Amino acid sequence: MRRERAPLAIGILAAAGAAFFILPLIGLVVRTPWADAARAVTSADTLEALRLSLVASLTATGVALVLGVPLAWVYARIEFPGRSVLRALTTLPMVLPPVVGGIALLLAFGRRGLLGSWLESSFGISLPFTTAGVVFAETFVAMPFLVLTVEAGLRSMDRRYEDAARTLGAKRWTIFTRVTLPLIAPSLFAGAVLCWARALGEFGATITFAGNFPGVTQTMPLAVYLLLGTNPEGSYILSLILLVVSLVVLVGLRHRWLGSA
Amino acid sequence: MAGIGVSLQADVRVKAGALEIDMRIDVAEGEVVALLGPNGAGKTTLLRALAGLVQLESGRVALDGVVLEDTRSGRYVPTEERSIGFVFQDYLLFPHLSVLDNVAFGLRSRGVRGPEVQRRAAAWLERVGLADRAHSKPSALSGGERQRVALARALAPDPHVLLLDEPLAALDATTRAAMRRDLKSHLSGFRGVRLLVTHDPLEAAVLADRLIVMERGKHVQTGTPAEVTSRPRSPYVADLVGVNLFRGVAQRGSVRVAAGAAVAAAGAESGEVFAVIHPRAVALHRSRPEGSPRNVWHGRATGIELYGDRARVRVEGEVPIVAEVTPAALAELKLGEGGEVWLSFKATDVGVYPA
Repeated sequence: MRRERAPLAIGILAAAGAAFFILPLIGLVVRTPWADAARAVTSADTLEALRLSLVASLTATGVALVLGVPLAWVYARIEFPGRSVLRALTTLPMVLPPVVGGIALLLAFGRRGLLGSWLESSFGISLPFTTAGVVFAETFVAMPFLVLTVEAGLRSMDRRYEDAARTLGAKRWTIFTRVTLPLIAPSLFAGAVLCWARALGEFGATITFAGNFPGVTQTMPLAVYLLLGTNPEGSYILSLILLVVSLVVLVGLRHRWLGSA
Repeated sequence: MAGIGVSLQADVRVKAGALEIDMRIDVAEGEVVALLGPNGAGKTTLLRALAGLVQLESGRVALDGVVLEDTRSGRYVPTEERSIGFVFQDYLLFPHLSVLDNVAFGLRSRGVRGPEVQRRAAAWLERVGLADRAHSKPSALSGGERQRVALARALAPDPHVLLLDEPLAALDATTRAAMRRDLKSHLSGFRGVRLLVTHDPLEAAVLADRLIVMERGKHVQTGTPAEVTSRPRSPYVADLVGVNLFRGVAQRGSVRVAAGAAVAAAGAESGEVFAVIHPRAVALHRSRPEGSPRNVWHGRATGIELYGDRARVRVEGEVPIVAEVTPAALAELKLGEGGEVWLSFKATDVGVYPA
């Protein structure tokens, strides 16, 4: 096959599109004070924020998998009245400003929230301003990405494999775990990665619901924002660290997720 | 081992889109039955209905006298509890499992545990000649190998019924002939009910003791392959077999077919009948023949097709008919498409049977 050449207009616009992403990254790299970088990377505050970010985002992804995959299965397989309304409501955090999401979480799970006051009075559990609160906020914002991806995977899979399993005597739970889940593994994986990436970058809902306490709720994006006012160079370094972590993950997943480009 | 004396009785009505399937299927012990019909006849849907994978509008399915489903009593034994092995058209081997685990799947689901699972699955792979591929993924197998794994997977849990949906259709022509023989020997080694769906008359004739012909969801004809091919009861079957089929009213040695034309036929007495004439029995002439054949027609050659050492000529006259001659005869006639031609056939070459 002959190699395809781009029409001039498409080539120019594509180059502009790529530059739009590349330039800010170059700015970050160029303006980072490398002399201070090594010290900042190993400082206790930075490591604490990084650790918290990773723990919270991975936990949020785990929670999203446990709750989101069954939700996606129900959306894809069970017909019930109000399904599309419910799906729209659970997809809302994707388009809702995260701050609004944070406020909504406060009103539900805050100390005086619908469920929060009961949690507090009955069990002495308080979510706001805790690491658990960070996980709540990140899950709230990131889970819809997983649910939508997995639902699409469930809808596009060949359901006759499940029929084949039934003719072989498999019960519904066995079919779900031994046939359905392995068959939608690529969607599951892509959904989990999207969900994790969204959770890692979460800012608005987290700062609103969980606050900004170093070591407890201050994740990397919060630390970056906080430093920007007092110590811009420090925030550049943290941004670069986030960039590198994201890049490592992307490159690591390239073959499975982005195709071998 | 599957029980001896297993039989299947089914009487099902199923809606599949615009198609309404209304079929009665009886398969006796020791019998291989092929459900033969054109694409879109509803064969696959019917097979899935027998397995409980498709909702019945109404009907009853019984295996060995035990009712699996009866819409009147509301009884429904779910698919996973029916003792049915199903070979799907494109096999549907689980792509994430090894060949061995595919075959072991049904054993595990049916509660076999421990080393027994591996032993029995491996024994089945041995039987289908794929012991050395046990740890391959299905994607690494050829079409013929996949077919054998699908068969082993379906048979491993010792079902009482084996349903096969177009078991050879996914194979290329060279593999198909070999797999047909292979499948025949495996089918004869299985002692339960065997029902296969196919649109290939050769496959049906080779593999099955009895054919059930189905068109547009309805039963057309039942019989041994010899009975069906010698007495086709629909244009579809006649076409498959390659014979001329007319339907008409018999009256004193002739059959009045559509458009007022008549076919002289020995043994035509009365009533609605089919008349079948093999193309080989139809002779072509450049001028009006004089002689003993009672049927002499005039028409125009509208299609000439060569099949190796034979040429099939379609002649449109009062009634269209196909003649089969040698290419040499065709050359001697100097007959081309659109050319006028006479044809004749003997009344004794016309098979007549009640419609």
